[in-house]
This record gives sequence, structure tokens and C-alpha cells, in this order.
Amino acid sequence: MGSSNGKKAVMAVTGAVMVLFLVLHMLGNLKIFFGRDSFNDYAHALRTLLEPIAPYRTVLTIVEIVLVASVVLHMWAAISLARRAGKARPVKYVAKKSQAGGYATHIMRFGGLTIALFVVWHLLDLTFGVVNPEGFDSAPADRMVEGFDASRWWVTLIYVVAVVMVGLHLRHGVWSAFQTLGWANRARNKTLRLGAGLLAAVLVIGFLAPPLAITFGVVQ
Amino acid sequence: MSAYTEGSEIRDTKAPSGPIEERWEKRKFSAKLVNPANKRKLHVIVVGTGLAGGSAAATLGELGYNVTSFCYQDSPRRAHSIAAQGGINAAKNYRGDGDSIYRLFYDTVKGGDFRARESNVYRLAQVSVNIIDQAVAQGVPFAREYGGLLDTRSFGGAQVSRTFYARGQTGQQLLLGAYQALERQVAAGSVTMHTRHEMLDLIVSDGRARGVIVRDMVTGEIERHVADAVVLATGGYGNVFFLSTNAKGCNTTAIWRAHERGAYFANPCYTQIHPTCIPVSGEYQSKLTLMSESLRNDGRVWVPLRKNDSRAPGDIPEQERDYYLERIYPAFGNLVPRDIASRAAKNVCDEGRGVGPGGLGVYLDFRDAIGRLGRDAVEKKYGNLFEMYERITGENPYDVPMRIYPAVHYTMGGLWVDYDLQSTIPGLFVIGEANFSDHGANRLGASALMQGLADGYFVLPTTIGDYLADGPFSDVDEEAVAAAEIKVRDKIDRLLSVNGTRTPDSFHRELGKLMWDYCGMERTEESLRKALERIPELRAEFWRNVKVTGTAEELNQVLEKAGRVADFFDLAELMCLDALVRTESCGGHFRAESQDSDGEALRDDERFAHVSAWERTPDGPVLHKESLEYEYVKMTQRSYK
Amino acid sequence: MNLTLRVWRQSGPSADGRMVTYRVEDISPDMSFLEMLDVLNERLILEGDDPIAFDHDCREGICGMCGMVINGVAHGEQRATTTCQLHMRHFEDGATITVEPWRAAPFPVVKDLVVDRSAFDRIIQAGGFVSVPAGSAPDAHSVPVRKEDADAAFDAATCIGCGACVAACPNGSASLFTAAKITHLSLLPQGQPERVSRAKAMVDQMDAEGFGGCTNTGECTAVCPKGIPLDTIAQMNSDYLKANTK
Ligand SMILES: Cc1cc2nc3c(=O)[nH]c(=O)nc-3n(C[C@H](O)[C@H](O)[C@H](O)COP(=O)(O)OP(=O)(O)OC[C@H]3O[C@@H](n4cnc5c(N)ncnc54)[C@H](O)[C@@H]3O)c2cc1C
Ligand code: HEM
Ligand code: HEM
Ligand code: SF4
Ligand code: F3S
Ligand code: FES
Repeated sequence: MGSSNGKKAVMAVTGAVMVLFLVLHMLGNLKIFFGRDSFNDYAHALRTLLEPIAPYRTVLTIVEIVLVASVVLHMWAAISLARRAGKARPVKYVAKKSQAGGYATHIMRFGGLTIALFVVWHLLDLTFGVVNPEGFDSAPADRMVEGFDASRWWVTLIYVVAVVMVGLHLRHGVWSAFQTLGWANRARNKTLRLGAGLLAAVLVIGFLAPPLAITFGVVQ
Repeated sequence: MSAYTEGSEIRDTKAPSGPIEERWEKRKFSAKLVNPANKRKLHVIVVGTGLAGGSAAATLGELGYNVTSFCYQDSPRRAHSIAAQGGINAAKNYRGDGDSIYRLFYDTVKGGDFRARESNVYRLAQVSVNIIDQAVAQGVPFAREYGGLLDTRSFGGAQVSRTFYARGQTGQQLLLGAYQALERQVAAGSVTMHTRHEMLDLIVSDGRARGVIVRDMVTGEIERHVADAVVLATGGYGNVFFLSTNAKGCNTTAIWRAHERGAYFANPCYTQIHPTCIPVSGEYQSKLTLMSESLRNDGRVWVPLRKNDSRAPGDIPEQERDYYLERIYPAFGNLVPRDIASRAAKNVCDEGRGVGPGGLGVYLDFRDAIGRLGRDAVEKKYGNLFEMYERITGENPYDVPMRIYPAVHYTMGGLWVDYDLQSTIPGLFVIGEANFSDHGANRLGASALMQGLADGYFVLPTTIGDYLADGPFSDVDEEAVAAAEIKVRDKIDRLLSVNGTRTPDSFHRELGKLMWDYCGMERTEESLRKALERIPELRAEFWRNVKVTGTAEELNQVLEKAGRVADFFDLAELMCLDALVRTESCGGHFRAESQDSDGEALRDDERFAHVSAWERTPDGPVLHKESLEYEYVKMTQRSYK
Repeated sequence: MNLTLRVWRQSGPSADGRMVTYRVEDISPDMSFLEMLDVLNERLILEGDDPIAFDHDCREGICGMCGMVINGVAHGEQRATTTCQLHMRHFEDGATITVEPWRAAPFPVVKDLVVDRSAFDRIIQAGGFVSVPAGSAPDAHSVPVRKEDADAAFDAATCIGCGACVAACPNGSASLFTAAKITHLSLLPQGQPERVSRAKAMVDQMDAEGFGGCTNTGECTAVCPKGIPLDTIAQMNSDYLKANTK
């Protein structure tokens, strides 16, 4: 795991975990369209999953732990690879021109970072409600609906930017994960890249629908 | 300098007698074996990491000898063998098309125009089959057929399909196989590799070759390396012509300085000129690029009928084109052997009918092939070659006919060696293109790779044991080492101190032009005498007027170049002398005086059925003859009409 | 044509270098890039200056000795072309061209545009071979190989070890070079016995040499003169992971 390839694998696996979470998360968010109650029920369900076998919030906590671990490992791998890369080229080029669009080179690290920052803010906003007008002890749906109120258009803007970043990150990242785990090859590459793009697009749309809908008053 | 004295005859004392197919077995059995416990104590230096040197060093290391290896590039993988395109011959007869060891032997002797040793050539043909096995086991990705078996093609006018190939990069794939085997031994600690090191002299101590003086091309440090035996695998000297298909670094320095230490130089004048190269485009031209001979299978060679016809090829109507090869050689047409095709091209250009810059080129036209087979078929067969041509010339061969011209490609001559590949200096072995063996006066296509690997993987590792069995040898005479080192330092200091007004390259270009004009495709007594007059003058000017910048204690490419050019002058002189003395025409040596009524090369077996081995002495060159007997292949004049 | 060159000059490994500007006049479009530098060097010698040191040998795109970063692109912008095969007709008359050496910690500059690529040899030493002593090989036809596999192996095996992949990689990774050799041998039956150990040894050596890790940015294939495909890297990753999960 210490080797550059090992770190890449860690990145791929943790990335995959996060992707999985995002898919579920997105589906959950879409419940807002079925009314506040259905969304609250979902948020509640999240916490009361497997009760009474497991106490309140057990499953969700486990999920959270896995998530936190993933994000941390993912960032650790990203950062140490970036460090290694820095050491590998102590003298920079006077002129440098990318021949592969430079997409991954630039998007992944900076994109990743913005996502990280976003998640922090996001948790404060919708999980702990610290930066949310409704505060912590309120129904999730209220938090959300108030949170994305047209008067707070800039919040929505932050989400839009962040989600788009996630999309860009995954557009390369998902294919990249397959490559890293050695499952990509000449025959599959086309499909993989297409799939990655699609997944990214679906996530972006799925994630942006609720906040925009709220901001533009489609959902009250 | 056309003066020389004739010395005693020499003989290859190691070649066994008896039935030819048993000789190699006999030699392998009679050769002394080295006690395995002793091998680590026996130190062998191998200079060169091409097919010959790379395979030899790897094999000797594998056998347990203590090997030190040198090359001038930054990695052993870059030796010039990497550039070989066409393929490698082997008498596998996988096609069942009537090939056999005997046929490969026969073709090689005949192709060499009866100037090669039967015993050596037969051994080469025998060993050829093991080479393919070895290469495949190493993972060399030869071309294969859908059945999963190895594909072969017929090459260089052979009637059987015995040439194994890896697309257009056979030399690269074979060399990487040898290189990987070599690096494996480096990792194992049995081979010590020194890259960016140039051999500048041979250490000879009480009559035996005992080491080399090398220059570390990065630090400029002059190093001494002593050993129990020295193997030279330093390749060909075609760069004496400045323009050739050889890599820029190819040189004669290693073998020449061994020659100065007493090793005989055999048949220096045998030079192979390849007919299908991309012509010179201007004064600045630094090297010539070969285009695979296979192009002649479908391309038609022609020039305009009229002199200095400046029309675009497309505007020249059929009846005003001269398909001269098809005209002169109706039977073989565009597929006549290399030397004939080359000379014919020179002749039409000398008549002023050449095309392209300076009128030094002929057309190789695929118009009819494209018409007959369709563009796609042609693209499948030659696509990569057409691409290469367009990349270099900027012209698209699908629309405009290619322009080609002959270029120096291979040197059959080299240091004289016996059946054991040992030179006239005990303990100095010479393998690959650097020696003179096996190809006689002309090399068949796809036979150099075969020889290099035969020497390195199979022949040398056996025969060198016979010599080393008497080792380890007594300590090297310090005097000898010091003397060699001083000689090297002096030469370098002299080069740096001249500080004249001409660059080493400008001298090299002039020497090359001179050799091409006077000792190239066609040689005459007059031209050779002129060359022998000019070369010493040019050399004198070189030592008076060359400019070498920088110092000896750094990476100094000007100094490297100057040292190589200096040796080329001396070699050039010997080549011209050898060409002058050999008044017959044979293979890669065409004397205008010796041709039949149709301008065919005319051998003189009465007077010249021998190897010319030159010894260098204070009072000029001494010629030793090794007469050649043919017990198996009957001597005939070749005819391709 | 007339050109302005901005070239990295560095007198030795420990010296610090700088970009130096040169004018070169009446260059023929038919010259190769190296021939253009030859012309400049001939002039510098006569002027008593130190000519620009650069590596080259075959000058036909196969030995892998040449290589420089031209206008920010390894081997120049012409695709699938080595520096020695790059011709001046691809440049504008009057253009300014920047020329730099490969930049990577494991490729220290020796002089001017010459770098030390011996790290590549050590990666091969770590396992880039099939262990087979001379003379011990079975008949070449004893093991048939599917044509598809042989061809794919050949494609990977055409790597010339030039180092452009490292020079172009934003991470200074040698993954494409290493993967090319691993893939070549992994695709052939002869390569199977040492397959897994080979991948591990070579990748670990690549790390030990100080090359960066691959993040699949694909700059390497884009400049590779032999067009070694990215899926060789996937092949390497898969063999490597096998080695570590076994
Ligand atoms: C363009 C081209 C295409 C060819 N195609 C074919 C073909 O299709 N089939 C075929 O059979 N043959 C072909 N040949 C011929 C064949 O490639 C060569 O004859 C053969 O590869 C020579 O191998 P070698 O090992 O003897 O020498 P090389 O491969 O030339 O190796 C010479 C070695 O010696 C080292 N060296 C040289 N001088 C010194 C020194 N002074 N100090 C230290 N080291 C030194 C070099 O570094 C190098 O490692 C071709 C040749 C050319 C030029
Ligand atoms: C927390 C901040 C993040 C940083 C700093 C970051 C950074 C990176 C970097 C540098 C890469 C390597 C590029 C590559 O290998 O192709 C990468 C890959 C990846 N990232 Fe992230 N990322 C972050 C967050 C995320 C998130 C939130 C997700 C999922 C929703 C994610 C999913 C992925 C995936 C799937 C890959 C591909 C793994 C691979 O290439 O092997 N990343 N990330
Ligand atoms: C714009 C669309 C998004 C909306 C509307 C949204 C909404 C929410 C809500 C309401 C919660 C609280 C759930 C709860 O506490 O019950 C939550 C938690 C969370 N969201 Fe989002 N989110 C969005 C986008 C994202 C993105 C893009 C990421 C990651 C890159 C993300 C990561 C998280 C995480 C890690 C949690 C914490 C989960 C937990 O506490 O278990 N969210 N989100
Ligand atoms: S992979 Fe391509 S770029 Fe890298 S060394 Fe090999 S040939 Fe050069
Ligand atoms: S450019 Fe570098 S990041 Fe990977 S894909 Fe190529 S090695
Ligand atoms: S000089 Fe050989 S590849 Fe460019």
C-alpha cells in the first residue's frame, strides 16, 4: 500500500465507496419531490435503520465512519502522490504544453480539494445545521427548503459549483479507477469512459434538481 | 602511400578437418573446458553491447565468468543492431520449402562470391536454428501466423522463405532480448556494465591481450581495465564514408587501435552498398536512412530517357521512361542483388539521368502496383515504410514516386579471426560485424543478425573457454599498461592543442566524399591512386588545422568526434590500398577494370581466392594471404541475366 | 528559414544552467531538428564556444538516444515522432523555439540537453527479462502463440526507452516505460512463470528510483514516439495488484 501503485489502488477503492454513497445520497435527496414528509421519513429511516436490533443511528454512524475513513484515505493518497510528483520534478519546464488536454492533471487535484472544502461546509449546513437558518434541531426537510430559499441564492450557487466539480472529478475518476485496478483495456476503454461520463452527468442532474427546484420555488 | 610488402601466408589453424557437418561438433569436443570453480577468477572484457557483444557478455556471465562490458551509448540497449529492419535467416525449414542447413551454407558461400571460409559458414548455418529457439524463449515477439506458428518471408533474392522477422524492427526485438539477458546478469553481479565509455586502446602484455584503456565520456577520466581475455564486438566502420546507414557514433576506433597493437585487418575494401536508401537532400545531410529492400518486390525502378529531364515524374510519358533494371536484367528485373542494383543506379546517374537534388537519385514507382493491387493492399504491405519516407522527404509516395539512391550499409571486412574467432593477438577475440568472417566479399540480407548472435550466444562462449582454460594468467606488465595509457593521453592532448580553423565534421565530410567518389561503388586503379594521394594530405591538414573546443575532463562530443575521424583517415588509407591490390571484382568490391562484356563483376580466382590480412608495421603495411579452398561448393561466376 | 532558439545550457551535473538565446540563419525545411542543431554547433565551434551537447545516435527513430523538450512538448509537437525524425518544415519561418532537457529527478542533467537515463536500465534489471540460459531453449515451435497476443506483445515491445513519457508526465512517472515491458512479457507464454514477481520488482524499482506515481493523465502516450497505449499501464496495475494480493 506504501507504493505509488498501492496508493493509487487505495484512491480507487475509497473513491468507489464515495461514489456509491453519492448515488444513494442523490436518490435520497430526490425524495424531496415527493413532499417534505417523505423526505423526513427518509432522513428518519436513515437513523432508525435496523432498529430495534441496532440502536438509533447505528447503521448511519457506520456509514459515516466508512465515509470519513474513505475521504481521509483518499485525500492521504492524493496528497502523498502529489508530494511524490513534486519531488520527481524539482526543476520545472520553462515552457510546458499538455498533449492530452491536461484535463485530469488540473481537474483532479484542485477539483478534489474544492469538493473537500464543500463537504465540510455542507455538513455544517445540512447535517449539523450550524450554518443553516433552521438550526440543528429542525426537520431535515425544513433545513433543506429554508437552506435553499431564493433569498439564500448564494448557497445554491455553492452547491451548483460543488456538484459540478464532483461531476468533473468523477468523469475522469471513475474511468481512472478501473484503469488503476487493472480492469481497463483497449476493448473496454470506450465504454468505460462513456459510462463514467454518464454516471457523472446523472449525479450532477440528480443532485442539482432539489436545490434548484427549491430556489425557484417549484418545491415549497 | 601505395607501397606495401608481402608477408608470410597465414592459416586458420583451429578449423578441424573432416566432413564439414562434423567440424563444429569436433571443435566443441576438442576445446578445453574451464573448471567451474575457476570461472569466477577468470575476467573477460567485452567491448560492445550489440547483438554480438550483448549476447556474448550475457552468456559468459551466465556461464560464471567475471565479465566487464562497455558501450559508448548511455545504455547497452542502443547499440546499432537496434536499427536492423528486415529480419534474420535461419535454416529451420519450417515451411518445408526445401531449405536446409546445407542450402543456407551454400547460398551464403555463393552470395559471398566465394571469398568466405566454408567451415565458418557451415557452422553459422548449423547454429542459426538455435538462435531462433533462444530468441523465442526470451520472448522476442516474432511475426506469427494465425495458427500461432512463426511466420517467415523470403529475403534478398533467396528462393526459400527462411527469414524470421518482427515487423520492420527485427534488430530491435533481437537486441532487446540480448539486452534483457545482459541486464539480468548485471543484476546477478556477474557482469559489470560501463556505459558512456569509449575504448581507446588495447593492453597487450607479453604477447597476450590483457585489457583496455577506456575514456569515461562523462568525466573524461582515462581508466585502465585488465582481464584474462578481451572480446571486441564494436560493429562496422561504414562511417568512414561519413554518409552511411550506420548510427552517427559507429566508429573504427576500437578495432583500429587493436590493429595498431598487432591484430591483422582482413579484407578492409569489401563494402556493401544498399540500393534502396533515401537520397541526400542537401549539404547539411548527417546520415542516410535505409528503406527495406522488400520495396523492390512491387516498386519499379526508372529514370527519364533524356538527360537532365526536369519535368515532374507524373508528366513524363511511359515511352520516355527507362525501366533500366527490367531492361538490362530481364530475368530478375527489379530484384537483382544489392550490388548490381546499386551500380546500375550509379551508372544512370553518371549519365546525367538521375533525378532529385544534384541528380543523385532514381525513381522507385508504385503507380503500377497501386493500379494492380489497389492502394489498400499496398498500404498494408508498405504503409509504415511509406510513412517513414514521407516523414523524411515531405513527399507522399502514393502520389509521387519515391526517390532512392544507394548508400554504404555494411562492411564485410574487419579484424582477422580464426575458427575460434580469435585474432592474431592471443586472447583478443572479435565477433559480429567487427570481424571479417563468414560473409566473404558480400553479405546476404538478414545474415548479419544471424552471425552476430551465432558468435555471441553459441560460438565464442565455447571457443573462448579453450583459451581461458590455461588462465588465470600472470600479472599484467605495468609498463605495457602505462605505455598504452600515455599513448591515449598524448593523442587527446594533441587533438586539443591544434586549435585550428576547421571542425572535425568538416574533415569527416571531405574524407567521406573522397572515399565515396574514389573507393565507393566502382573503383579503378586511377581513382584509388588518387585517393591514396589525397588521404595523407587531408590527414596532414587535419592534424595541422582541426579545431577541438572544450577540455578533456568533461563530456566533450567534439573531442570524441575528432578522435574517431583521426582513426578513419588511417583506415581509409588501408581500404584504398586493399582495393588497389585486389585487381579483381568480387561481391562488394567492383574494379571497373575487371568486368565481363555485360559489365558484370569478374572474379579472378587464380590470383585472388584468398583473404587479404593486413599487418601494420613501423615500415608500412604487410599483406598476409590466407588461401581459400572450396571442397563443397563449386566456384562459379554469378549471372543474373 | 531563420529561427531563434532558446536552449538550456548547463556545463555539468552540479553546475546551474540557464536558457541561452541563439539565432540560426538560412535553415532548410528539409533538415531534421538535429541537423539544424548541427549547423548551429559547427558555427559555435568555429567561434570557439562550447557547442550544445545533445544525445543522438541512429537518427532514424529507433535507438531512443535522442530526446529534448521542444516548445514544451517532449520530442516536439509532431505526433509519434522522435526528435531526430522531426523535420524543420513543421516550424514557421522566424519562429522562436525553446529547447529543454528531459526534466525528472531520476534523470539528472549531465550536460546541456544530455540526461542520465540509467534508471531505466535498473528497472529492467529488476525483472524485465525471461530467465533462459543460452542453449537451453526448446524448439521455437514447441509453444504456439496466438497471433493476436504476439502482435499485442510486439506493440508493447516497440518501446525505445527514450524517456519522453517521463519528461511529459506531470507526475514524472515512468509508468508507461515500465508497463510497456511488463505487458510485452505478460502477453507471451514465455513470460508467464516470472510474470507476477516481475511486475512487483519492476514497479518497486520504479518507485525506488524516485519516479512519480501515475494518476492516469495520459500525457505519456500522447508524446510516445511509438504510441505505446495506456492499457499497458492497466496491465501493469493488474499484474502488480495480483502480486500484492497473492
Ligand atoms: C539500417 C540498417 C539495417 C540493417 N538491417 C539488417 C537486417 O535486416 N538483417 C541483418 O541481418 N542485418 C542488418 N543490418 C546489419 C546488422 O544490423 C549489423 O551488422 C549488426 O547489427 C552489427 O551488430 P554488432 O553487434 O556486430 O555491432 P553493433 O550492433 O553496431 O554494436 C556495436 C557496439 O559496440 C560499441 N562500441 C563501438 N565502438 C566502441 C568503442 N570505441 N568503445 C566502446 N564501445 C564501442 C557500441 O556502443 C555498440 O554497443 C542492418 C544494418 C543497418 C545499418
Ligand atoms: C476529498 C477531497 C478529494 C481529493 C483531494 C481528491 C483527489 C483526487 C485525486 C488527485 C485523484 C487522482 C486522479 C486519478 O488517479 O485519476 C482522485 C481520484 C478519484 N477520486 Fe477523488 N478527490 C477527492 C474527493 C473525491 C470524492 C468526494 C469522490 C467521490 C465522490 C472522489 C472520487 C474519486 C475517484 C473515483 C477517483 C479515481 C481513483 C483512481 O484514479 O484510481 N474523490 N481524487
Ligand atoms: C446539492 C445536492 C445535495 C443536497 C441537497 C444534499 C443534502 C444533504 C442532506 C439534507 C444531508 C443531511 C442528511 C441527514 O442529516 O439526514 C446531507 C448529508 C451529507 N451529504 Fe449531502 N447533499 C448534496 C450534495 C452532496 C455532495 C455533492 C456530497 C459529497 C461530495 C455530499 C455529501 C454529504 C455527506 C458526506 C453527508 C453526511 C452524511 C451523513 O451525515 O451520514 N452531499 N446532504
Ligand atoms: S514508452 Fe514511449 S516514450 Fe516512454 S520510453 Fe518507451 S518509447 Fe519512449
Ligand atoms: S502521463 Fe503520467 S500520470 Fe500516468 S498516464 Fe502517463 S504516467
Ligand atoms: S537518434 Fe536514435 S532515436 Fe533519435
